Amino acid sequence: MAQLTLEKLNKRYGESAEVIKAIDLQVDSGEFVVIVGPSGCGKSTLLRMIAGLEDISGGGMYIDGAYVNDDTPSERGIGMVFQSYALYPHMSVYENMAFGLRLAKLPAAEIARRVEEAARILQLDPLLQRRPKDLSGGQRQRVAIGRAIAREPKLFLFDEPLSNLDAALRVQMRMEIAALHRRLRSTIIYVTHDQVEAMTLAQRIVVLNRGHVEQVGTPLELYDHPANEFVAQFIGSPKMNLMPATLVRAGSTESIVRLRNGKAQSVPIATPASAEGGPVKLGIRPEHIEWSEVADAPHLADVLFVEHMGNETYHYLDNGPAGEPWVVRNPHRSLVSPGDTVGYVLPPEHCHLFDASGKAFARPRVETGDVREAGVGAPPIAFVEPRRTNAIH
Amino acid sequence: MKLTRKQRAFANQLWIYLAAFVVGVICVFPFYNAVLTSLRTGQELFLANYLPTTFHWENYVNALGENGVGRSLLNSFVVATVTVGMCLTVSITAAFALARVRFQGRKYVLFTILCVSMFPQVAVLSGMFELVRFMGLYDSLGALILSYTTFSLPFTVWVLTTFMRALPVELEEAAIVDGAGLWVIITRVFAPIMGPSLVTTGLLAFIGAWNEFMFALTFIISNENRTVPVAIGMLQGTSQYELPWGHIMAASVVVTVPIIALVLIFQKRIVSGLTAGAVKG
Repeated sequence: MAQLTLEKLNKRYGESAEVIKAIDLQVDSGEFVVIVGPSGCGKSTLLRMIAGLEDISGGGMYIDGAYVNDDTPSERGIGMVFQSYALYPHMSVYENMAFGLRLAKLPAAEIARRVEEAARILQLDPLLQRRPKDLSGGQRQRVAIGRAIAREPKLFLFDEPLSNLDAALRVQMRMEIAALHRRLRSTIIYVTHDQVEAMTLAQRIVVLNRGHVEQVGTPLELYDHPANEFVAQFIGSPKMNLMPATLVRAGSTESIVRLRNGKAQSVPIATPASAEGGPVKLGIRPEHIEWSEVADAPHLADVLFVEHMGNETYHYLDNGPAGEPWVVRNPHRSLVSPGDTVGYVLPPEHCHLFDASGKAFARPRVETGDVREAGVGAPPIAFVEPRRTNAIH
Repeated sequence: MKLTRKQRAFANQLWIYLAAFVVGVICVFPFYNAVLTSLRTGQELFLANYLPTTFHWENYVNALGENGVGRSLLNSFVVATVTVGMCLTVSITAAFALARVRFQGRKYVLFTILCVSMFPQVAVLSGMFELVRFMGLYDSLGALILSYTTFSLPFTVWVLTTFMRALPVELEEAAIVDGAGLWVIITRVFAPIMGPSLVTTGLLAFIGAWNEFMFALTFIISNENRTVPVAIGMLQGTSQYELPWGHIMAASVVVTVPIIALVLIFQKRIVSGLTAGAVKG
């Protein structure tokens, strides 16, 4: 399995359109990296440059230390799974998987061994003689993956492979791809616009926006410590609530901000003295806002609407005519109705702070570390039972 | 008189079958008459019978024999087959370049090809004659192959370019990732998928080359190298005033049968070849 290094990788069309701007990235052998970003951010272009289907305008790409900018895709030793599967319609499933191996002039016995092994892993054995048009979407996707596996490539590239599948199939294929990675221990680079796929599949996520890297990190690191507003709002659904505020007092362990409603909020985040008095944004995720008695709540708001999902409830709070409604998520049923006035509190340890340019002020790391690493039995972040507000009779 | 739904449906069916019958008769009758005539000799040729009464098979024997079209059949077959082979090879590679490769002036090349195909063949005849003579191909099958390829190419290039444009780019990219070079992509990935359209264009080029008269008359002078349309035109009877109709008809039937056989064999492919580009498959 191969290690990939990108050094100041750059792509431009013509003189002016710079689509990929000096990207540096290091992918270790056997790692599952997901490149995620909104439409048009350049993630597919980046993947195609790694594959060799697009020319590299500047910078260097190294696979296992070797400079590969000018190599063809098969010389680089990559296997690619396309969004639209791209199966050869005139060939059977077996032939589709064997095509690349035949071109490489492998002995027939070796070809048969590899194709049958890939078919076994993906449970395609009964389908080997069928044509692609006789297969369902999920089966076609598996054949596309099988075609890549049979080549035993150094690097697996997935280009939004689940976009063409329905929701239920997507969940199933996600698990299969994760199982495949555990089994093959291969280096995988996976491109998607769906942050759920990123969060569930990746060992590390690369967030791309308009051609440059916003942040690289493990899923929980991106979730708990986003480097800027873009990452904070891209990762996590529903989005993080952002509130404009003013930095009233800067400090090395604690800062105080004043929100638009005039209330002060203390956050355990270090800010430089130079930022004092300037505009900042306070961020807090929907599941971290806690209810409080209306009488002594620091913040009050009207409920615009309530969404009951069955297992959780989303409340949308009025944020004034200019702002987007704030979202509060409770992991259970709720009795709050639209029109109620609720009181809420913003726990300081869950607050994020972003400066005027959108960059995050560093938050303190939690001592107990990654909840995943802590294993079963580690105390989860407690959700407080919503205390009944006075509005409910 | 108001008809019920069932009666109206039946009436519609009846009209359709009637129309089909009329069209069928109009199309098939000349050929049927040719077959009938080929089975008669002498004065019987001019009787107006619609069913075969006599069976003079010697017309066919003569047709295929020395004075007949046996040798010309072979010549025509060779010319048409080689024309189709060269035409398809050149046009599939041209179609790939015109449909898949971005180069400057691509639009103008396509337009030029279309314009060139609109030239009337007779206008180019004298120029082609000079070219054929210069290349030393006069009175050989090579002259005909050259001319027919030249005239079939614009049509085949256009049809194949249109079909190739409809093929998805990911297919080509998947083949590149699999390690396929340009030639492998064209022959092992694109050509099989484009099968129906290749059959259609090939067949149309074959028919065009088979039936062509003017160039065959101009460029071939000796009996051994003649192709079928000219050979039939040269069939002579016992005196200069008599046209050997039975003989001619027998030769015509013999000459038409291969084309009909080809079309019958490939008829499913022809239809799908013409309509394949219409719906995204």
